[in-house]
Amino acid sequence: MSIDVSGVNKRYGDFVALQDINLSLPTGQLTALLGPSGGGKTTLLRIIAGLETADSGSVVIEGVEATRLPVQKRNVGFVFQHYAAFKHLSVARNVAFGLEIRKKPKAEIRAKVDELLQLVHLDAFADRLPSQLSGGQRQRMALARALAIEPSVLLLDEPFGALDAKVRKELRDWLRRLHDEVHVTTVFVTHDQEEALEVADEIVVVNEGRVEQVGSPDQLYDEPANDFVMGFLGEVTTLGDLRLRPHDIEVTTSPAPAATQGTVTRALRVGFEVRVTVSVPDQDVPVTVVMTRTHARALRLEAGSAVWLVAAEGATAVTSSRPSARPSVEPVAG
Amino acid sequence: MAETRRAAAGPATYLLRVFVIAYLVLLVAWPVVLVGTNTFANGTQALTDVFADPDMVAALRLSAIAAVVATVINTVFGVTISMLLVRKQFPGKRVLSALIDLPLSVSPIVVGLALMLVYGGRNGWFGPTVEDWGLQVVFATPGIVLATAFVSLPLVIREVVPVLHELGTEQEQAAQSLGASGWQTFWRITLPSIKWAVIYGVVLTLARSLGEFGAVKVVSGNVLGETRTATLAVEERYLNFDQEGAYAVAFLLASVSVLAILVVFVLRARGTRHRAFERQS
Repeated sequence: MSIDVSGVNKRYGDFVALQDINLSLPTGQLTALLGPSGGGKTTLLRIIAGLETADSGSVVIEGVEATRLPVQKRNVGFVFQHYAAFKHLSVARNVAFGLEIRKKPKAEIRAKVDELLQLVHLDAFADRLPSQLSGGQRQRMALARALAIEPSVLLLDEPFGALDAKVRKELRDWLRRLHDEVHVTTVFVTHDQEEALEVADEIVVVNEGRVEQVGSPDQLYDEPANDFVMGFLGEVTTLGDLRLRPHDIEVTTSPAPAATQGTVTRALRVGFEVRVTVSVPDQDVPVTVVMTRTHARALRLEAGSAVWLVAAEGATAVTSSRPSARPSVEPVAG
Repeated sequence: MAETRRAAAGPATYLLRVFVIAYLVLLVAWPVVLVGTNTFANGTQALTDVFADPDMVAALRLSAIAAVVATVINTVFGVTISMLLVRKQFPGKRVLSALIDLPLSVSPIVVGLALMLVYGGRNGWFGPTVEDWGLQVVFATPGIVLATAFVSLPLVIREVVPVLHELGTEQEQAAQSLGASGWQTFWRITLPSIKWAVIYGVVLTLARSLGEFGAVKVVSGNVLGETRTATLAVEERYLNFDQEGAYAVAFLLASVSVLAILVVFVLRARGTRHRAFERQS
């Protein structure tokens, strides 16, 4: 295991930021800490880095007990949401910083910096100041700077959070490819479930200071441990006593066995898909169904149409949460 | 960057401008210019006389030494206190922050008297002890430096604190995660980032220190050729009807201050342009 976190607690005054966190992350993996803002994921990352100290519990990095080690001695690469570029130093000097601190020979530093700048496609910008770079370029520079010290683990705190949607998506793909090349154990914090599902080998869902579930993107999506994970990873609607994805509901225009009858109240087209709102007699909240434009046209759905709804075979669903008890996951029988 | 076009100036605006300019000319510019013209009323004679008088040269030198030493002390101390105020949490922080402004609000003569109470050679609270160690504070250069440092204490801090706030801690944390010790982080990251603020602070401190009069008058003893600073010499000349000499020294002091303000002005313009460039990109 590359990172072992056990029994970590952290409070800020009365606010419980982290509560008994136990987590093991294997070497060489790309892990996402996913959760809503204020859920404790950034605090956890900063505790692993040594930028915050836990009230209790321990952190072990690559077999080294790191709980009491200051951030300087942990050999972690940390990338900040807002880049934390050294504004008065050129791009090359930024990347060289960790190596200069380690008093490496000048020639070695130069070679390493050149190599890294090529890796992050900034070799043409070596002599620029960070202020002359775009946000995406600055973040790549910050990544090269963190990688320069050959860290045991690379920690990224919402690395793409400050970038616009298009650059975000590019950098996300790029990070995945970079990780396949460099293989350093990487943990990144995000509140964007799409980003986590797309990039990570493993996702840790953190909410209200606790770990809700750990698993591969498929596991999390197909077998959510509870209502929260299900809801956080994608859209959820309610059909009878089931909570399931809107695209996992089959719609027919004639009565079907075990189907629930309802009336279409609204059909909203968004690009290639249609979001259909169906009101069902014994349910307060209407059901949302998502289908392709083609499918909706074939069924001739419009406001007022009578429809029958049934959960699709093999759909991921959890029984509606009752207060106090945590819902259990059940596969839906066809 | 194009500035937003101003609305056409109405008569009220012109009136206001005339009023402000008249106020500044009558109160500041004209009197200062008169010091200059009086100095050069007989050509450079007055200035030559000043530099020919060993006591005047000693006074000027003493002023320079006191100002430089006080500035060095206040720069080191000011940057340290600023780091403490912005980066650390400790009880009594707000009180300390308020206390730092005290030298700006208290009359320098009060500062002088207060220093006498502490360091006075005969009946000061601490003075006799220090004098037993062989160090004379009051009526000597250390006292002059102390008084000067006291009155100019907040200037560096007030320049540096807002810049440190704006800077935030992320760059420092990044440096530490890359292995830099606290000291390395300060020298390589923090100090270069607050460089301009420190320079403004130093220039302002130097200008303020050179001009100090009240506090120094109390603690220096005003001994000719030994503990008489340039400002005290100006007063003495003036009271002895040597107006030309007084104006000559006053002119020298004013020139240094004007020069200091020019330096700050140029630096500020540079800093603003620099920041504007950063924001633009």
